[in-house]
Amino acid sequence: MGGVFKRDLALAFRQKAELVQPLMFLLMVVTLFPLGVGPGPDTLQLIGPGVIWIAAILSSLMGMERLFRDDFADGSLEQLQLSGLPLYAVATMKVLCHWLVTFIPLLILSPLLAMFLNLTVDMYIALVITLLLGTPLLSLVGAIAVGLTVGLQRGGVLLALLLIPVFIPLLIFATSAVDAAALQLPYRAQIAIIGAMLLIAMALAPAAIAYSLKVSQN
Amino acid sequence: MSGLVASELSCIKRDRVLFDRLSFSLQSGQLVYLRGPNGAGKTSLLRILCGLSQPESGTITWQSQPLGEHWFKDLIYVGHKPGVNGALTAIENLAFWCRQHSVSASLDHLYHVLAELGLVGMEDVPCRTLSAGQQRRVALSRLWLKSAKVWILDEPFTALDVKGVAQLEDKMKAHVDAGGAVLTTSHQALSERAGTVRFFDLEYRF
Repeated sequence: MGGVFKRDLALAFRQKAELVQPLMFLLMVVTLFPLGVGPGPDTLQLIGPGVIWIAAILSSLMGMERLFRDDFADGSLEQLQLSGLPLYAVATMKVLCHWLVTFIPLLILSPLLAMFLNLTVDMYIALVITLLLGTPLLSLVGAIAVGLTVGLQRGGVLLALLLIPVFIPLLIFATSAVDAAALQLPYRAQIAIIGAMLLIAMALAPAAIAYSLKVSQN
Repeated sequence: MSGLVASELSCIKRDRVLFDRLSFSLQSGQLVYLRGPNGAGKTSLLRILCGLSQPESGTITWQSQPLGEHWFKDLIYVGHKPGVNGALTAIENLAFWCRQHSVSASLDHLYHVLAELGLVGMEDVPCRTLSAGQQRRVALSRLWLKSAKVWILDEPFTALDVKGVAQLEDKMKAHVDAGGAVLTTSHQALSERAGTVRFFDLEYRF
């Protein structure tokens, strides 16, 4: 199992461009908003949480396909399925690796984004908590959809169409948590709901990913 | 019955029946050569026998048990897709594969096997820069690494040169002589080097 993780990590660092591109995309989307909406500090603070979260979701969709695409195309996934390792565990390892290389850089970049959009320290803390809990959810749920679409040619747009509606609840609770933080209100409820969604996803997604990969091999 | 036994297999792809109530068995010491025109369902049958995809109906057993972990331990499958990642080197590809399949092979042994397959000097370059035949050799080197009873090979000779074909045929014969079993498909006939061959024909059905 550690072998799967190490291999994915090695591959990720071998293909750095694929890691950096979604991050650059995120940065550019966020910088477009002050230019398009206007640079007023109050306006930016108002739209900031939503902008960062939407940009995070969109940029995560760009890199999501990487999860299984190459392994499916070159047959490595077949070999993995015939290795005798439990497929749900393999899928979990791959999702974990994907989260580490996709979203940890985003978290590192987040103070800069918060500064761009004039977020207060309270808002930033809330934003980081929602990102920490919410982004694994993006990876886990996204992996199910990637598993289902990996056998299709040009599954990229379909992937976005499948996933964006699913991420709406996460977006609502995440941005509302940051908004509450802006007003110095408690936001534990929103965090608890995101946490609950994450726990459900952690429990169910590995089996669902394994099943979707099996379906794609048929 | 021991060995790999499939009974009453049916496979339907895109509303077309590829085969129906097909029975098949593979015993140790056999080399079975699956023949059939394009689209007859050879690859589908091989994938079903591996356990990669599910038949519409029918059962498959290995040593009288349904396919499971004990089957994967005894199987090497080399499919159409080589299972070789282009960004990794040949050595890395094989090392990771060995780890996944719980095969303990030292780095020296990996170099040795690649050398035997004529890939000296190619061990440390990304596999995407290798030619199709060289990538096929990397994929086939699994046969030298894992000691499995059953080999299921889908078009293993594709892109191999004459020498490579002969080497693989010798390897197949040695495996069968040692009590292993090989199930293979190819559009080119096997030469005499491969030893006794049992044929299994699939017809194209409309």
